[in-house]
Amino acid sequence: MFATKRLSKELLKMKDHVPPGIEIVKSDNLEEWQMDIKVLDENPLYQNQTYRLKFMFSSKYPIEPPEVQFITCDASTGHPRTIPMHPHIYSNGIICLDLLGSAGWSPVQTVESVCMSLQSMLTANNRDERPPGDQEFITHNRRRIRDINFVYEDDNV
Amino acid sequence: MLHESELNSIKGKVTCDSSLLAYPRQLCRSDITPPITRKRKAAEVDNDPLPKAATKAHGPRHATSDRPALSKHSSAATEITDNRASPASSASQKKRDLVTPATTTASMDSDDDFMSDVSSQDDFGMQASDNDSLGEDFGDLDAGFDDKDIFGHKRKPYEVEFKVLDPPDIENEQLGQVNEVCAILGLPPESAAILLRFGRWNKEKLIESYMEHPEKTLEDAGLGTNFEGTAKTETVPGFMCDICCEDGDDLETYAMRCGHRFCVDCYRHYLGQKIKEEGEAARIQCPGDGCNRIVDSKSLDLLVTDDLKERYRELLTRTYVDDKENLRWCPAPNCKYAVDCGVKNRDLHRIVPTVHCFCKHEFCFGCSLSDHQPTPCTLVKMWLQKCEDDSETANWISANTKECPRCMSTIEKNGGCNHMTCRKCKHEFCWMCMGLWSEHGTSWYNCNRYEEKSGSDARSAQAKSRSFLERYLHYYNRYANHEQSAKLDKDLYLKTEKKMTSLQSSSGLSWIEVQFLDTASQALQQCRQTLKWTYAFAFYLARNNLTEIFEDNQKDLEMAVESLSEMFEKPVSELAELKVDILDKTAYCTKRRVILLSDTAENLKNGEWSFNVEW
Repeated sequence: MFATKRLSKELLKMKDHVPPGIEIVKSDNLEEWQMDIKVLDENPLYQNQTYRLKFMFSSKYPIEPPEVQFITCDASTGHPRTIPMHPHIYSNGIICLDLLGSAGWSPVQTVESVCMSLQSMLTANNRDERPPGDQEFITHNRRRIRDINFVYEDDNV
Repeated sequence: MLHESELNSIKGKVTCDSSLLAYPRQLCRSDITPPITRKRKAAEVDNDPLPKAATKAHGPRHATSDRPALSKHSSAATEITDNRASPASSASQKKRDLVTPATTTASMDSDDDFMSDVSSQDDFGMQASDNDSLGEDFGDLDAGFDDKDIFGHKRKPYEVEFKVLDPPDIENEQLGQVNEVCAILGLPPESAAILLRFGRWNKEKLIESYMEHPEKTLEDAGLGTNFEGTAKTETVPGFMCDICCEDGDDLETYAMRCGHRFCVDCYRHYLGQKIKEEGEAARIQCPGDGCNRIVDSKSLDLLVTDDLKERYRELLTRTYVDDKENLRWCPAPNCKYAVDCGVKNRDLHRIVPTVHCFCKHEFCFGCSLSDHQPTPCTLVKMWLQKCEDDSETANWISANTKECPRCMSTIEKNGGCNHMTCRKCKHEFCWMCMGLWSEHGTSWYNCNRYEEKSGSDARSAQAKSRSFLERYLHYYNRYANHEQSAKLDKDLYLKTEKKMTSLQSSSGLSWIEVQFLDTASQALQQCRQTLKWTYAFAFYLARNNLTEIFEDNQKDLEMAVESLSEMFEKPVSELAELKVDILDKTAYCTKRRVILLSDTAENLKNGEWSFNVEW
């Protein structure tokens, strides 16, 4: 299987070495992984926070992009996780980033490179806000992440 | 029958027709006399805005000679209604109509120049059952009068020139242009193709841009400047594919000239995904991260299976038609043809370009909707929008989507910032003001200022809206009625066939002879389609003398259509007897439609209409 082989290789490589601020939480099956990421610099918006990412892989990964979103965790688990404030991250964790859509995705990207891109997306942000239309979006969107079809880019954040 | 008076309704000029007297067969079609001439004359006396009509001094004379009692506008209208109220033409009425042109002649000696020989000849050749020849006759006459645009080719004022193309034609057209650019710029054909697609097939601009900045143009198009080497797969010792992480010295690999090398298997999967799942062809980029190099057809041919190549070519043809302003797919389901027409977007406020596909579908080249003559596209759009305003769907679409300012694709913004990139044409624009994104710089919230409307506007608006609504409903009901009738016409058409068969057996008429029912049915459908849109058109018209002529033409067509429709629904046993009447009425309807459309189209082309909306 295409995805299986590639994911096992990615896993092997990451077990060997992961970049700072990135940690594998769950990788026991090859359909859904969870990762924790931290923002490394002194950005006051995200200081001392850890955020959890969920990756969902289709059998066509990495030709197709994975579905990636932030998820929350209860404090009772011992690892409380929230959704980071960002003008491109909805309060339900869905991320508006071109490289996660089919038009911006390159099969050369990996779980690790996606995590790093998200780290830098947070690092560069200084606006403590949600995207416009956040409330409406989270109440009305019933589509899967990959079917949300418009790619919007904002080079400033 | 008053062929000439009908002409007058458009031209506002009076002619005589001696053939009328000589050929009684045509007179039997004269049960309804178009009153437009007289009315028009009456209008001229009052206040005529048309320069060409203003030169005619004989107007009042004609009006009085024709109907001595007719001195006021209002009495004209009464007279007309009376005239039409009796659908079956009584002998006396026939006689009156017969007399009308003769009287006209007597009073019209100054008008010899308009009594063109052409018109008489045309009448000689005219067959009541032959719609085409009727139509063309009209075109000829028209050309004989004053319109130089139509002179020479037999086009009516509302018709446009177009050509229907099938997919091989389109492919050949592309190939021709690729070869041309390839010869001029000395590039390989697959690169020339990419360049042309990048430049949206605007050869002149592309060549100019290439001559000025060859490297930049190639780079922007996703080509790069290196054209060395042939496309082939290789095995590279020590290679590991970045997509599947496979390695091995015997792994077949491929790289375009950008040098991003992947194994053939991954490349193939990638291209398959793009072509099959995402429907992308013209702008497939190298799989490498951040590499903008476009995958050319040579690489593609080397890597993918035949069924994908087929699909790839199909998609390329599709983008070609989408990219070219003069091409448009026929919107009928499963139709493979495209139409080539020179009418530009900017012309659409002056012309309604209805085209006829080989599949028999008639549609508007401007907007792809079904034929909507005489109403211009913008008004059609406004009208349809208005008609659907109450439906949830329309509300949702207008509330949630906008159109890409470049390719007009409907776009739903489902969140994120205002910097939009159209998925289809890659146009970048601002969601708020729909302006170019490149002009926004970093301060995109320039678009936040609300234009304050004055308070009085808001107050009077409410009072106005009530009367607006009533006016709208008037037109809407008539529009919807014709739409409904047009739907019923579809059933009618199916019934026609049955009727034709039973008529054949009951009356002993041959198959050819019962074709008049088929012709009648088609004429009915076409006329209803036109009538339907005249109401949408009228809704947006500001009243003046022209609109009165328009409304009279409309009324005439409508009455003719209704009486044909009535005849058409008679029991089979009576149909054979009605054949001549139906034939006449069919021809009459068709002709009234031509007149209505020609009149509207000419005024539209000359900018004579005034509208009550900005568009």
